[in-house]
Parts: sequence; C-alpha cells; structure tokens
Amino acid sequence: MKQEDKKGTIQDINGPIVTIKLPGVQNGEQVRIGSLGLYGEVISLEGEEALAQIYESTEMVRPGEPAEGLGHPLSVELGPGLIGGIFDGVQRPLEEMFLKAGDQIPRGLSPLPLDREKLWHFSPTENLEPNMPIIGGARLGVVQETETVEHRIIVPPNIEGELIELAPEGDYNLEETIGQVRDRHGKVHHLKLYHRWPVRKPRPYQSRDNGVEPLITGQRILDTFFPLLKGSKCAVPGPFGAGKTVVQHQVARWANADIVIYVGCGERGNELVDVLDSFPKLKDPYTGRPLMDRTLLIANTSNMPVVAREASIYVGITIAEYYRDQGYDVVMLADSTSRWAEALREVSGRLGQMPVEEGYPAYLASRLAAFYERAGRVETMDCGKGSVTLIGAVSPPGGDFSEPVTSHTKEIIQTFWALSKELADARHYPAIDWVDSFSADVGTAAEWWHENIDRGWEKRRAQAMGMLARDAELSRIVNLVGPEALSSAQRWVLEGSALIKEGILQQSALDLVDTFSSPEKQFMLLNLILSVYDEGAALIELGVPVQELAEMPILARLRRCKELYDSSQIDQLKAFRDEALNDFKEIHSEYAQRGEQTA
Amino acid sequence: MSAKEYRTASAARGGLLTVANVPNIAFGDRVHIRDKQDNTRNGQVIRSSNEEVLVQVFEGTAELDLESTWVRFLDEPIEIALSPEILGRVFSGLGEPRDYRPPIVSNLRRSISAAAFNPAARTYPKEFIQTGISTIDGLNSLVRGQKLPIFSASGLPHNRLAAQIVRQAKLPDDDSRFSVVFAAMGVSYADARFFQDEFASSGVLGNVVMFVNMADDPPVERLTLPRMALTAAEYLAFDLDRHVLVVMTDMTHYAEALREVATAKGDVPARKGYPGYLYSDLAEIYERSGRIKDRHGSITLVPVLSMPSDDITHPIPDLTGYITEGQIVLSRELHNQGIYPPVHISPSLSRLMKDGIGKDFTREDHPHVSNQLYALYARALETRNLASIIGADELSARDRRYLEFADAFERRFVQQGEDEDRSIEETLNLAWDLLSSFPPQALTRVNETEIAKYHRQSE
Repeated sequence: MKQEDKKGTIQDINGPIVTIKLPGVQNGEQVRIGSLGLYGEVISLEGEEALAQIYESTEMVRPGEPAEGLGHPLSVELGPGLIGGIFDGVQRPLEEMFLKAGDQIPRGLSPLPLDREKLWHFSPTENLEPNMPIIGGARLGVVQETETVEHRIIVPPNIEGELIELAPEGDYNLEETIGQVRDRHGKVHHLKLYHRWPVRKPRPYQSRDNGVEPLITGQRILDTFFPLLKGSKCAVPGPFGAGKTVVQHQVARWANADIVIYVGCGERGNELVDVLDSFPKLKDPYTGRPLMDRTLLIANTSNMPVVAREASIYVGITIAEYYRDQGYDVVMLADSTSRWAEALREVSGRLGQMPVEEGYPAYLASRLAAFYERAGRVETMDCGKGSVTLIGAVSPPGGDFSEPVTSHTKEIIQTFWALSKELADARHYPAIDWVDSFSADVGTAAEWWHENIDRGWEKRRAQAMGMLARDAELSRIVNLVGPEALSSAQRWVLEGSALIKEGILQQSALDLVDTFSSPEKQFMLLNLILSVYDEGAALIELGVPVQELAEMPILARLRRCKELYDSSQIDQLKAFRDEALNDFKEIHSEYAQRGEQTA
Repeated sequence: MSAKEYRTASAARGGLLTVANVPNIAFGDRVHIRDKQDNTRNGQVIRSSNEEVLVQVFEGTAELDLESTWVRFLDEPIEIALSPEILGRVFSGLGEPRDYRPPIVSNLRRSISAAAFNPAARTYPKEFIQTGISTIDGLNSLVRGQKLPIFSASGLPHNRLAAQIVRQAKLPDDDSRFSVVFAAMGVSYADARFFQDEFASSGVLGNVVMFVNMADDPPVERLTLPRMALTAAEYLAFDLDRHVLVVMTDMTHYAEALREVATAKGDVPARKGYPGYLYSDLAEIYERSGRIKDRHGSITLVPVLSMPSDDITHPIPDLTGYITEGQIVLSRELHNQGIYPPVHISPSLSRLMKDGIGKDFTREDHPHVSNQLYALYARALETRNLASIIGADELSARDRRYLEFADAFERRFVQQGEDEDRSIEETLNLAWDLLSSFPPQALTRVNETEIAKYHRQSE
C-alpha cells in the first residue's frame, strides 16, 4: 500500500493509548497523530482501527484530528555522530532540542538524530574494488568518529550483492552516497555513512561465541569476587539508596570496553547531568582520552512519557549491536530495567490485558529473556569478533528480590551483583552483598587471571570467599552469646574478614586513588591481606593472643593500602608486604624462643 | 471559552461522569458541571471519543442526576494565573483563592502539567544549603535544586522539622532567604494552622505561596494541587530568578487520592491497590525540582510523607526513594526517647551531598567526617544490640566505648533545639568532639592530616 493512503483520524484518547481509524496500517508501524504530530507506534489492530501507544503527552488532543502511518517500525539511525551524544528514548538528540526549543521538551518536535551537515573523513577499505561481491556487515571503510573511536562503516546487514561503486577517500556528509551495491534482484542500493535499523529486531551475526575474557571494571569486589565476562549479562538489583547508580557509573567509567552505552531508563534527570558533566573531564584509564569520547547516553528520565521509556532500552541495545558489528566490545548499562517493566505493565493495564503477578502482564518473563539474549559475544557477519555486555539495574519494590522483575531476571543472567541495604546503611560501599551475589563465569575468568596476573588467583579468591562465609556464621554466634564464646582462631577469622571487607571490598568511588584498581593491584591487595591472615593464624597456633595481633599498628596501614598506593605503585605495595610480614616474623621468633625456653 | 452546555450525561459512577455524543473534546480539557441547585463543580476529561467523554468530577458525583446536569467544556487545560502577586497568598488545589481575597488577575496563565525538563538543559546541583540542623548539614547535606523528602510517620514531629528547615535554610555565606511554596494535601486544620502561624511568626509570610487542601476537601483536588504549586515554583524560580524551597505535605495523602481515583476508573492495581503508574506520577512531581542552565533561580523540594504503619517498604516511601535524591528518615524510637529532631541517620541519605561539600564548599574534612560518623554509629548500634542480649557488663572495653559513643551521638549531635541554628563549622567541630573519644588509629575513614588537625588528642 502506498504511503499517501495511510491517512486516518483519531477515534479515542485514553492517556498514552490512542485509537485511530487507519486502514492498512501495520502492527508496529510508526504513526504521527493530531495537529501537533505526536509520534507513536501501533501495538494492535482490529478491523480498520488501530491502537497506538504515543511517546508524548496527549493532553489537548481531540477525536477527529488527523493521524498518519509512516510506513516503517521504530528505527534508529546508525552512523558516525552517535558517540558523545545524549538522546531521548526514541533517539531524539537532546542537546539539539535544548538549543532549538529551550528548557523543556516540546511535543511534536523531531529533529534528526544525526547531524546531516557535518563532514566526516571517509577512508575506504583497501582491496575493495567494484564488481566484487559484498555481504551485509562487510566493512566499506572507516571514519574517525572521536579521537578514541574509529567508526567502521559497514554494509547494512540486510543488503548483499555486487559492489558497483565505492567512494574515494574524502570528506562526506551523512546523506552523500559512498557506495552502491546491486543485489541479486538487480536493485541498486545507495549506501551512505549511516543506515536505519528497526529497534525490536536483533541485528544478525554469523555465530555466537563463548566469552573468553573478563570485563575489567577496576572495582575489586566485581573483578576479583564476581567477575563478568565480555559478552555476558548481569543484573544489579538493590533497594533505593543501596548505590545501584554509583556501581553503574563506576562501571561506565572504568570498564575496559571500547564503547559504553548508558541508558537512563526512568531515572533521575540529575544523575544523567552528573554523567554529562563529569565524563568529559574524566580520563579513560586505558587510552587517556576523555571518557565521553567512547560514551553515549540514552535518557528517558522518570518524568518523561512512559511509552518512550519502553522504547529506550531497545534503542540502546540496537546501537550496542551496531558497534558490536564493527568488531567492538560494547558495554550497555540499563538503569533501570524495572522502570522498563513498569512501562510494559502500564501499557498492558491500559489495554485491559489480564495481569498475572503484581499487575505485570504474562509476557514479562519472555520479553525480559528476549532482551537479555541480545547480549553476547559473536562472530560478526564479516568474520570479526565483537561483544555486547549487558548490565541491567533492577529496582525491586521494598528491596524484595522475590518480586517478578528480579526473579525473572535472575533466571536469565550469569552474574548477579546484589546490593544490600544493611551494607549501605553502614556506609560499606559498594554495598554488594558477597553472600547473595554470584558469578557463573569464575572458571573462565580464572583462566584469564592465571594467564595474565597470577596463577594463585582462583585459590586466593576461594580462600577469601571461604573466610567471608565463616565470618557470617561466626558473627551470628557473636550476636547471640558475645565474642568471648569464640576460640582465638575463630576470632582471628573475624579480624581477617574485617581486613578483607575494609581493605578490599570497600572501595570509594570518590577517592582519586581508590576509585580504580588495576587487576595487578587487586591481586596484590588480596594476596597481601591473606598472607597477613595466614601469618597471624600461624602465630595463634603458637599461642599469641588475638588481642596482640589485632592491635598491631601495621594493620591500620594495611586497611589504607588501597588508597595509599595507586595501580602503578605495585613495587611499593610489595615493599609494604615485606614490611608487614617482617613484623609478624618478629613476633614469631619472640614466641618461638619463649616456646623453646618453656620446653 | 465555549458557551455551549451539554445535557447528555449518560452515567455517573464514583467521581466519574460520562457524557454522550459530544464530538471533538480534547483529552485533559477542563470542565464545568452545573447541577440542579445551580452549583458549579469542576472536572477534567480523562478519556475522549466522539461517542462518549469521561469526566472526572473533582467534587464527586454525589447528588447529581443525569437529567438536570449541564456540562460545559472550557477548551483549555487546567491552568494557573501567575504574577508576583501570588506571594503571600493562599490557594486551593484548583488555584482559587482561599484567603477571601480576589483572584489573581494576570495575562500569564500556564498549564499545570508542564513538559519534562530536557536533561541537557539541567545543571548539576552543588550549592550547599545550611539548614542549621546537624544531622542534615553534617551527614545528609541538602543542596540547591535537590529533592530530599522527609520520611516520617504519624505522631512524629515532621511538621516542626519542615518548619525549622524553612526558617533556617540559607547558603552559608549568603543571607538571602528562600521564597517558599507550601503545598498541603489532605492536612488537618491543626497542621495548616501550625504552618500559617509559623510563617507569620518568623516573618516570612510575605514570601510564601500556600496551596492548601484540607482533609475534608475533595480528594481529587489533591492531584492537581502539587502541580499548581510546582508551576508557581517554576514561575518564581525561572521567570523571577528566585531560589525557591517547596515544602509538600503529605505525599501519602496525595498517593491515596491517586489510588482512589484510579480505582474508580478501573485501573489495574499493582501493589497494595496503588496503580502501576504511581511511580511515573510521583516522578512527574518530584522531577520538576532542579537547576537549569543560564537561569539564576532554583527549585529545592522537600516533600514530607508519612510511612503507613512506619513501613519504609510501603509503595509510597519506596517509590519516592527511587525518584528523590535521598531521604531523611525519622525514627519513632528516638522520638520516644525525647530526641528532637528524631533523625535516624542509618537509612537517611543525600545523594547529591558528595559534590556540594568538602574543600571549596563546606570544609575539607566534611566528607570523611560524615563517613566516619556513619561507620562508627553503625558499629555502635550493633554493639548496643549485643549489649541488650548479653548485658553491657560483658562487653570489652573497646565495645563499651562504642556504646558510649552511640549515646553521646544521639544526645549531643542528633539532638538540638528547635531554635538552634548550628553553622556547618559548629556541626563539624561537634563531630570531632565525638570522634575524639576514639584513638586516632580507630578512625579509618578520616585521613591522617585531618586527624592531626582536628583530633583533640593530637592537640
């Protein structure tokens, strides 16, 4: 059916759900309604009538006003100019909207996501000649998008055929043709620096691949205790105030990914401003460039219309897949997937669908699973490797992890960073609970650590986890009958666990040194603290009182090592270890002598 | 304004009136309903099609009969008239005067459901506000443009605390006071009176706009009231360049009104009967605070809500906590011990504190001192629990020190007079008084320079 036929009228307005009479419109098609031209999406059809969810407020829209179908589903523009930008839930550029329309987001305005005027310097791929066959996903050339990111211009995945023409090196804007491909039906496609892709359709790849290396976030409890592989998926659930957002920001800052996509989905406006303000000033620890040079923000703040919130995470993941297809390791953070699920619930409620759990529709679990499955490490269409790592925050009502969104998410993900209110209340940050959290990828991560850092990693990690578990057990006894009931060895476990908690697990996002720990430093600290614990345990065997050990001045300094030495000062850390172990040796020889004397 | 009146009401149920056969009525349109006694009620279109229009009647549909009900569609959204004259006035949830003075006459009228602020237009709030209250300034600092609610419960002195904040809030080096927008939803006469007297006695009345909906006023008006108030606040802040402090009480009454209306409409309930969109709805209100690029003014929002049965996991405090930038939680336990303000610091939090305090804003030791007090108090509360089981005599000397710290912290730091306006300097010095009861090596959150400078034993 031709475009001009798809004109109709509004029948009924029920908040963001609008019934339109629009024969021939397709399910999922984009529509514009009313005299303001508000954007929306058809979600169901019945006869000549279509139900549409509208991304903007429908206040003062009337029955009888016009509606038109746009002939395509919700799509994003993929091309240079994305990185460093901030877009709303349907990829409208917010900076440009601010310049054009002022402080508030007006309705019906829809500037193009990518700048059409800007010239990009395009260098075609060598050895690519006219008349060669070319597949979707093949690399036509590159554009330097930011100083950090080389944007690889690829053939849209749904086009393949014979390359007829490729533009020479030079400056082009987004609308200029840089290549032509004739498909097997003889149709000639004019390729540009950008293409469009529907957000609800996962982008294709050759095959799935196993994750092989951990994502290094510089956060000790994450990397050392609950590692996440590149291409894996992870949930960060936590009640309000437990620090979900700080954890996500820290990962966005310090992860060793090529591209970071941060989707603020139904969250606070000021938090996005924080990212916008601080990222250009912060340096990527791997490249030394401003962090904003590899970061892209999608912002649907909590007060923006709820339907666009539902779209925002699909917009984010589609852009993530696009950079994956260029062969990059992409991290996408979605804060928070609960708000997305609530948007689903709100729309389904308006449609009168039968609620199952806490008002959520029956398809919640399958939608969540399908979304998380878009993460992964893949062999791309042109035989490269790329990955999308997905980290979704979950905001369970009342901090109850048994609620539907958390429990369904838990079934899908591989790594679970559970935040605890109790830890946050004691200002133990990051408030990641070592009892509730898990990682299914420790084995694979261990291979990487053993190869690149130290062969003792897995053992040391297991020892520390074991101590923390014993600590939890012993603490229960202490809370019932007091510390006097414990043996000396048991009390030393408590002291050792306290060292692990304060010296390793707690990490200040605000401290300039502590905010990032390289894997080397992480292992150094772990090894250091456990060595001290082992030495102490040996002394206790000899009959040294726990009290004497606990009051050793070196322990206070040990707790501060994380902020005293930065990631480059591994040698100083080693020197400190020698000093600490020496202190223990002195006590050891003292008591050994005494032992001999009494013997 | 349309002069045409319809008499085609076809159903009246709960607070909803269905009007048949009125074409082209806008969604969200404001409505006047005239009943048999010739009284006018207010309403708003909440669903519109050509066959029938659903009108939410603010005053309810009691005593309406379908035969003699005249409905007029005003062809405008719900608006508020704005001028500098609003300061010193009292309005209802629909913007009508409640102080027996004439309505505001102004050409400037704004729809109360404003579009969302563009995140790209915001600037990050980071100017420390001194409230003179140690638990807030020292441990949960408020900054200009923040939204920081008070989580309270029935019988706790949240009103007194809110009034004290209004009285004392200022920037440390700046004597200019805030303009205040006060929004009261479903409050008792006693509470409304308390605030009015407070504002009058502290001489700020001329700088306050009040929006009041009493406990016996129509609940539906509680839904428009905070939006009226915030539209007024935005006008004061971004048109008149003022720094505005918005106090809202009680958000629980607001949410209950929302539930009442949602139930009448037949919306699918999510938790405890509240509609699934409670989060988005609360966010529409709370997110209207903030700072905007190139604008001098700001909106700082302090909503007060009472937690039903003291339960912080109840949907209202829970969803609020997910939207606001922290929370100040009041404790019945402290209150029963006669401690005012009974701020329970453990669950309290200010998310924007980190960028508004420290070297260039308050004092260099502030972030660490705050952290240290939190850590010590958490440990001290654990010790207190232990003492209640095994008895204080069984504790080690080290543990007893924690126990003493907990008492001193509550009696000296948390507790203060209702008229006591502590400067941030005083608050931090008081903190060091308490920290100095510990040897320096027990203080791991403050650094060595700070210990040398402020720890009493180092002097």
